[in-house]
Amino acid sequence: MISTRAAQINAELISNKRVGSYHHMVFSVGDIASQAKPGNFVAISVGGESSSMVLRRAFAIYRSTERGVNGGLVELVVAPQGQGSRWLTSLEAHDVVDMVLPLGTHFGIPTEPVRALLVGGGYGSAPLFGLAELLKSRGCRVDMVLGASTAAKIYAPLEGKRSVSSLTLTTDDGTAGIAGQITDVLPKLIEENEIEIVYSCGPMGMLQAITAVTDRYQIMHQCAVEEAMACGIGVCMTCVLPVTGDDGVTRMLRSCIDGPVMDGSRVVWDSKRKIPEGTFGA
Amino acid sequence: MTFSFAADLAGAKLPNPILTASGCAGSGKELSQFFKLSEIGAVVTKSIMIKPRSGRATPRMAETPSGMLNSIGLQGPGVDYFLENDIPWLAANGARTIVSIAGETVEDYAVLARRMRNLPGVVGLEVNISCPNVENRGMVFSCHPETARAAIEAVRRNIGGELPIIAKLSPDVTDILGIAREVSNAGADGVALINTLLGMVIDTNLMLPKLAQKTGGLSGPAIRPVAVRAVYQVRAALPQLPILGMGGITNGRDAFEFILAGASAVSIGTATFGNPTAVIKVRDELSAILQERGFDSLSDAIGFAHREVQA
Repeated sequence: MISTRAAQINAELISNKRVGSYHHMVFSVGDIASQAKPGNFVAISVGGESSSMVLRRAFAIYRSTERGVNGGLVELVVAPQGQGSRWLTSLEAHDVVDMVLPLGTHFGIPTEPVRALLVGGGYGSAPLFGLAELLKSRGCRVDMVLGASTAAKIYAPLEGKRSVSSLTLTTDDGTAGIAGQITDVLPKLIEENEIEIVYSCGPMGMLQAITAVTDRYQIMHQCAVEEAMACGIGVCMTCVLPVTGDDGVTRMLRSCIDGPVMDGSRVVWDSKRKIPEGTFGA
Repeated sequence: MTFSFAADLAGAKLPNPILTASGCAGSGKELSQFFKLSEIGAVVTKSIMIKPRSGRATPRMAETPSGMLNSIGLQGPGVDYFLENDIPWLAANGARTIVSIAGETVEDYAVLARRMRNLPGVVGLEVNISCPNVENRGMVFSCHPETARAAIEAVRRNIGGELPIIAKLSPDVTDILGIAREVSNAGADGVALINTLLGMVIDTNLMLPKLAQKTGGLSGPAIRPVAVRAVYQVRAALPQLPILGMGGITNGRDAFEFILAGASAVSIGTATFGNPTAVIKVRDELSAILQERGFDSLSDAIGFAHREVQA
């Protein structure tokens, strides 16, 4: 599905704060902020005018605010991992970036109040806080579990926790919360809180592991996938992954247009470096 | 005197010389949310094949200095879907369309050419005989004079009517001029220069080729000098053969370089990935540059870098 809401704008950086291993960045984007929904992402060109980096960088929207002192805002959580994100996190207030937003599918919100579990890996927690607020405003109970390799890589700001009934942390090295992985605690959380739907965002391996659990409990799993993108707008065909449709046919879908939010049970996981047998056109 | 930005690409009459590059504009719909497709010279479609194709496994992409590698592998829905869905939509939205076709055999090119007759809004055919992401590198048609000729002859015999045929060539050859001569003799009305160059990136963490397919096509500003050289060479030797130039164009200055080298029109590919409105930017900047430099028309500037200069 192609977004008809996206626009290319010059976005002014309002603030850039280091939080643990990440940067919390706030951009002034004007009225288009009102179009952003939890799960949507932005695509930013990096490196400035004479940049040797030709591709946009995609970031999940952490939060959007329709009206502030500076007009509409979007907030991002950026991990300075590569050359492009390091350039972005080195910017200062009043610097301007070329941003396309909002892009991609958003998390589906149930029409009836449900019991939801939100699962985030690393800075994949970013889009979940806005989602938590929205779910709570619709009368849902929201529990959250966040995991990372170590404490500094868990993104859980105080204001983000307000909408959550319970927050469980896991770290591989035991520096925060329970020592272990998210999937170690999932069955218990699903059973104790009688979870009806799981929303998740994080590395592909984690999303695959969550799907195995949600399939076992036969509950919905909406996940925001992380595939490398070149354009973010559906023209480059690089961010594809195999997804099985209602008709039972598996197709290579673009995670920027048909995602990033997808039904976890429909994704054919573990398909890196190969096209699953029987895929349409294989 | 009013400035004329109109382009004539091997008989295709276009309001301006700025086109998308094949495989870089989706179905057209994706870009139409950012600008009206009728505002550019033409939309060049992704390469259409007879059957649906899943394309290659991921990872399919690696960013490189001033460029990128891709190994999409011609993912697409096949010609039936394309004719039923994409062509009517492009026509209804006022786009002038140049259909890119790609085959695995000479017969495929013949079949596809027959299917391209009398389509609404279609102003030309780009024959992709140079995709680097195919199973058998030996079957890159444009890498050999005989296969290049056979594919273009198949299209020429089957297209009928007046639709211009533009053969898209690979730079991965010793003598691109020889291939250009061959396809011209075989009935091509013009050539598109250049397709991507075959390349590889090795992921030094995994210590494996980054792309699942190992190799991919290099595009972006990194290849621009190679493309400009190819355009200049072909123009110098075959001045009557119209050229659609492409390779790393990101702004009006870059496009001007291709026009000076001898291109009648240009395609914008990788730049669109970084900037959805790159084609509009290039169009406006090129128009301004041509007028600033005193040209009355686009056609006066084509091949201008070939003029004799007094020492």
